[in-house]
Amino acid sequence: MFAAVTSFGCGPRSSITYEPPTTALQEIGRFELGTPATPAEIEAWDIDIMPDGTGLPRGEGSVTKGARIYAEQCARCHGGRGEGRPFDPLAGRIEADAFPFAEDPKLEKTVGNYWPYATTLFDYTRRAMPLDRPGSLSNDEVYAVTAFVLFLNDLVPEGTTLDAETLPGIEMPARDRFVDDDRRGGPEIR
Amino acid sequence: MTKRGSREEAEVTSTPALTRRSMLSAILGAASAGIAGAASGETQPSALDGPSVPPDPTRVPGTGPSAFGERSSFARLSRRAAFGVISGTPLQDLHGTITPADLHFERHHAGIPTIDPANHALMIHGLVDRPLRFEIADLLRFPAVTRTCFIECSGNLRTDAGPETTPQELCGLTSQSEWTGVALSTLLREAGLSPSARWLLAEGSDAAIMARSIPIEKALDDAFVAYAQNGEPLRPGQGYPIRLVLPGFEGNTHVKWLRRIEVADRPFMTREETSKYTEPLRGGRARAFSFTMDARSIITTPTYPAQLERGWHEIRGLAWSGRGRIVRVEVSVDGGARWQEARLIGPALPTAHTRFGLPWKWTGSGAELSSRAIDETGYVQPTRRALIDVRGPGALPYHLNPITSWLVESDGRVLYKSEGWS
Repeated sequence: MFAAVTSFGCGPRSSITYEPPTTALQEIGRFELGTPATPAEIEAWDIDIMPDGTGLPRGEGSVTKGARIYAEQCARCHGGRGEGRPFDPLAGRIEADAFPFAEDPKLEKTVGNYWPYATTLFDYTRRAMPLDRPGSLSNDEVYAVTAFVLFLNDLVPEGTTLDAETLPGIEMPARDRFVDDDRRGGPEIR
Repeated sequence: MTKRGSREEAEVTSTPALTRRSMLSAILGAASAGIAGAASGETQPSALDGPSVPPDPTRVPGTGPSAFGERSSFARLSRRAAFGVISGTPLQDLHGTITPADLHFERHHAGIPTIDPANHALMIHGLVDRPLRFEIADLLRFPAVTRTCFIECSGNLRTDAGPETTPQELCGLTSQSEWTGVALSTLLREAGLSPSARWLLAEGSDAAIMARSIPIEKALDDAFVAYAQNGEPLRPGQGYPIRLVLPGFEGNTHVKWLRRIEVADRPFMTREETSKYTEPLRGGRARAFSFTMDARSIITTPTYPAQLERGWHEIRGLAWSGRGRIVRVEVSVDGGARWQEARLIGPALPTAHTRFGLPWKWTGSGAELSSRAIDETGYVQPTRRALIDVRGPGALPYHLNPITSWLVESDGRVLYKSEGWS
């Protein structure tokens, strides 16, 4: 690090000093720009939810309540029972929870046959849905509509109420289907 | 138009009086027609909509200086919107390797947000020593990095395209810019990474709050937070005021309108990396976190809707790889029976569109033009058949980079060789 402070040589003698520029970025270490993010600022934006439930808010929602919200807020894009049209289908399982997507280009991916984590459904719904009024559902309403979509996929019974404790425990049929990318370049096509 | 002399035999294409008002209205008219055409996917406005053209430009003073340059109204370039969420780059109309910023492809998940940069910040938190917020003014004070690279949507192949398909319609979701910003490693050093940091979440401030998990190795390698594109601030559709750029990675990870980075010890499993942007594989599996775009090329001329004349042409196109430099591009004019090495025109930068060309004399017989890219890892752009055999016919719609062919008919028409996907 260049710590030297040099007196400025031209013009009348004065107290003007300067720090010489440096190209040694590694030596600089930190630039000490930016301001500390406060806990309140972090909390306001920190909305993501991990598969183990980290990040899930307080609140709860039932399948029954979710059915009402779904009919009002979701059905016109996703169909009355999650069958889709005009947008993505949400409901549908495959016999014996098989995963033949690579063989059958016509198979539609749904929450029940393709999504690996139920927590992602909560996260995405709260993040981005409904398309025309994102962020308008309360946490209780997101729990409820999540419960109803899982019910449409035969993943929870009708009497279910979900909260931060129970949602991460729902095991999705496709959970263990995902593998890391094994493409590495080179001559082999993968 | 009154003729003033024998030198003025060239046809004029439009209205006679060259006034500022007529020029302005003509330009505005052309511009609005262009927007309408792009939005509806219709064809371009006709030349009759253009400005008045003097028979001899050396005899009439030209227009004066202005705040903004405009394209010639004869250069009719536009993106093509489809499905309400994408706008493809007109690859067949462009030259060199840089995509003009207003023609860079766009894909957004809940529209383009309007953001006042004075009220925008990037927050870094999670497994860091010092959670920080950076204003845009802060970012501009850091040492800048500049890199030219392509960004390609990983779903960049229309598998149902028919013969009358342009490169833009087939795979227009790849574009290239010179991006400038701050190295993400620099920002992470300010915050101080915890030793357990393995992944980070990059999140936008659009209405989908689009978010992707990024491996820490990429974040510390060549990732950067871009605030400029081709020398100017980012366009709103490209993430104004800031976006993530991850050279070589699929477009969805270059999170636009970036506002938050959370550091963690594992990936976050957002919808865009589970339900979407994963590829089914044979054997009941799906590939996740398939970030890197494999090598690909596309002939851009001659392609549909070109009408060929006999004689010399140059077969030209673009090649690129997310794994480094393009080292060779080969072209076939006989449907892949024989391949010939094309010339690389201009620099072959890593993770960048690289222009290739091969002079070709068309004699009037049928031909099938194809190109294949080879990158520095030795990867050779595969055939459609090879991809389907390895992955399965349902391995849709991401990371499809097959050799693409164009059929030259004996009457000079050029058509996309439509092969479906099964």
